[in-house]
Amino acid sequence: MVGEAQVWEALEEIPDPEIPVISLVDLGVIRSVDVADGHVRIEFTPTFLGCPALEVMKRAMEEKVTELGAEPEVEVISDDSWSTDRITPAGREKLRAAGFAPPAPREASAPKLVQLQSNVFRCPYCSSTQTRLENIFGPTPCRSLRYCESCRQPFEQFKTI
Amino acid sequence: MSEQALLGLADDELVLGWRDSEWTGIAPLLEEDVAFSSIAQNEIGHARAVYELLAGADGDADALAFDRKPEEYRCAPLVELHLLEWAHTIARRWLYEVADEIRITVLKDDSDPAVAGLAAKIDREEAYHRMHAEMWHDRLRDEPRFQAAAEELWPYALGVLPAELRGELVSRVGLAEVDAIDRGTHTDELAPLWEEMTIVRRSAPAGAQW
Repeated sequence: MVGEAQVWEALEEIPDPEIPVISLVDLGVIRSVDVADGHVRIEFTPTFLGCPALEVMKRAMEEKVTELGAEPEVEVISDDSWSTDRITPAGREKLRAAGFAPPAPREASAPKLVQLQSNVFRCPYCSSTQTRLENIFGPTPCRSLRYCESCRQPFEQFKTI
Repeated sequence: MSEQALLGLADDELVLGWRDSEWTGIAPLLEEDVAFSSIAQNEIGHARAVYELLAGADGDADALAFDRKPEEYRCAPLVELHLLEWAHTIARRWLYEVADEIRITVLKDDSDPAVAGLAAKIDREEAYHRMHAEMWHDRLRDEPRFQAAAEELWPYALGVLPAELRGELVSRVGLAEVDAIDRGTHTDELAPLWEEMTIVRRSAPAGAQW
């Protein structure tokens, strides 16, 4: 019989399709796992609603559960329960090591332009906070582009959601 | 909020997402090419989530998005306009985001928790669209070309919101209230967009296999 811990372990092996250094578990998008009578129900929260990798992630989770000999049911929950605060400390460190600046903590209200334009975001390469906003948008919806004035390195900043 | 109003929101986001994506590859700045492509992706993602909510667990969100006739769409005329001109494009983005924020704020307090939850999620993403619009508005607000574009689009912008929410839009945008170009009517520019947007769906009614 499959147990919950086994399912979490299997899900830990699924990389984020767009940032493969981090797993779906690190990313905090798996809200819950329920196991009953060989049936595994996973509640999954998308990062961004327009994420094109949604179906790929859903299929990858279903395959992992099937490999464990159980019947999968993945439910996508489109509410505000995922936030970048749910990225695990290990996940944040993996992001930083790969050159993606981890997101700032979420506040009660959504971030403002003046905050993005301020000098509080740290360069993942040299740790300087002398960084400037280059573009609110980047290669995927979850990232912004910044430039480090200290080490002259452009880098990607995870948006706070 | 009524189903018709939610359908209006989803149709606005789908059609505006389509229009914004028309800048992919040809925006006047590379940074804006990236921005408009990302914004378009988000708007279409919001449309999908609202269609899924309206279709229910066993429903077909794609059918709702693509199987209606152009005249059955509930989008505001503002989002239909084909604007291959930067001043108007930015004026529309700015006006739409101000109106959309007013609408989403109301939806976050909806009595249906599924609607309120989705609105809260959409709002967190829209915050970045609003920053983008604000940045451009700060830059262009004193330019006569931008001002003329905003004034021209203003009756359309009022049509995004129901009458009871227009007062707030008037005070935030700072233009005098005029007769709105209302939701429920369509411009001539919707039909060609619909032709293009639904062509795959119509040519493979059983579903395209990729």
